[in-house]
Amino acid sequence: MTLAEKILARHAGLASVKAGQIVMAKVDLAFGTDVTTALSVEVFHRMGAEKVFDTHKLALVNDHFVPAKDVQAAALSKAMREFAQEQGITNYFEVGRSGICHSLLPDKGLVFPGDLIVGADSHTCTYGALGAFATGIGSTDLACAWALGELWFRVPESIKVVVEGRFGPNVGAKDLILKLINILTVDGALYQALEFTGSSIRNMSMDGRITVCNMAIEAGAKTGLIAPDETTWDFIRGVNPARLISNPASLDLDSDPDAVYSQVVHIDLDSLTPLVAEPYLPSNVRPIKEVTGIKVDQVVIGSCTNGRLEDFQVAAAIMQDRPVHPGVRLLLIPATPQILIALIESGLAARFVKAGATLSPPTCGPCIGGHMGVLAKGEVGLFTTNRNFRGRNGHPESKVYLSGPQVAAATAVKGVIADPNEI
Amino acid sequence: MPYEVLRGSVFRYGDSVDTDVIIPARYCTSFHAAELAPHCLEDLDPTFVKRVSAGDIIVAGYNFGCGSSRENAPIAIKGAGVACVIARSFARIFYRNSINIGLPILSAPEAVDGLNEGDIVEVEPGTGAIRNITRGGVWTADAFPAEIQSIIRAGGLVEYVQKRLASR
Repeated sequence: MTLAEKILARHAGLASVKAGQIVMAKVDLAFGTDVTTALSVEVFHRMGAEKVFDTHKLALVNDHFVPAKDVQAAALSKAMREFAQEQGITNYFEVGRSGICHSLLPDKGLVFPGDLIVGADSHTCTYGALGAFATGIGSTDLACAWALGELWFRVPESIKVVVEGRFGPNVGAKDLILKLINILTVDGALYQALEFTGSSIRNMSMDGRITVCNMAIEAGAKTGLIAPDETTWDFIRGVNPARLISNPASLDLDSDPDAVYSQVVHIDLDSLTPLVAEPYLPSNVRPIKEVTGIKVDQVVIGSCTNGRLEDFQVAAAIMQDRPVHPGVRLLLIPATPQILIALIESGLAARFVKAGATLSPPTCGPCIGGHMGVLAKGEVGLFTTNRNFRGRNGHPESKVYLSGPQVAAATAVKGVIADPNEI
Repeated sequence: MPYEVLRGSVFRYGDSVDTDVIIPARYCTSFHAAELAPHCLEDLDPTFVKRVSAGDIIVAGYNFGCGSSRENAPIAIKGAGVACVIARSFARIFYRNSINIGLPILSAPEAVDGLNEGDIVEVEPGTGAIRNITRGGVWTADAFPAEIQSIIRAGGLVEYVQKRLASR
């Protein structure tokens, strides 16, 4: 079996499953956000459910429209807050102690290798970075999971992505996943799992793995997965030592040698350059050389894709002491309070603000076109986020280019899309 | 879905119609059909809501409903009066959400080839039969897996869970 099949089989109480099979499987975590939970609460009650299946296996995260962008958004958070109180949900995350769910939940120790996780947010696939099978669902599915503790899943075929070689200067995890989406296109992995392997994945930090698995959905995938290794267990040791086990190998979280894949894709990092996805699809990927010089009004570094500490460190290293270009607004959105604290304590926050950037509280904000930096008609943005669909980040006639933090930092300094290796 | 016959005009769109254009996030502080429907597809086709009549049918290419998990998207489409969506393929969260809220969706690549904007089409969601009344042509959509059919037969996921909870 593949890793995806193994995790689903275990949670379905079956010895084995095959791609294409539909199973009912028990979930370890079923979470919602301020933008999806209020509807789940309404549906939960309509289902006639009274108590959630396990008050410790839910997480309710304020992240999309917080701090409340308007009265309606405040009402959405209020509905979630009241449900958390009514049900006694232990993992309710209030503004100030909350962050972007896909960064927050791993850091809170709520993701464990081999877990089956569902969340009412499409980027739930991120947790595959820790070897969990995690996938996005809608609000009605989430209510079902809360009521029953289980949900139906179609066992996905897996595409094996073998990554070898080393990143060149100013090339990183975002460039790798943009390259893969360019190869597969936006539906090339539809209904399937992406399993990332190879020496370069083994050598990649957890922050990099989170970036890679986060965008699996942009190729249509149900989840992205990386089998747990020493990097994974080191991460777990830091966030949830109580759940550490003495013999991780006994969990058997590796695909079998005879596992069946629908496709194998090889990516060689040695030949990768910084990449940018042009509007209006994340698969419209171009080498940086083909897009330099395009004037940009706003640069955003943040989101569940690239809002981790490493992303800001990379950006700071490229900016050095250079100011933000006068024609550009640079918005930095650390994904969690912990990352915000690290930026403050390391002095990076002050450096960025002195350079002319502004620092936002943790939120999805402009990535979903909610608040904290949406674009006006005709404006151009370069964001480290995950989607550049028409109207996603503001006015339908605005445009967003997607990149990693390296190109974003170079662009913020130059005022036009710039190659981080040539500034 | 019941074995009724749907009949309406075709509104045709391309590949990868994403949930951001189906219902932009700026309207997603509501999940009520009456508030979402007036903005359905406005960033892709600002005239859609003015032209659509109850019972009309959206026909689209690959990967319909890609992007966000927002259930507001099928709610907006259903609320706009659309009776059914026929596409070459559906993004997986949109597919689940549509089944869960009772918006009929049919995956039928050949039918998409044979349906033009404005054609009158008849659809039987129960059997998957699709007929182009204007220009002729009959197709059958891909069948739902048995497990999904049991959710559809129960009337949607809410009813399915109600039955499961009642049987405890």
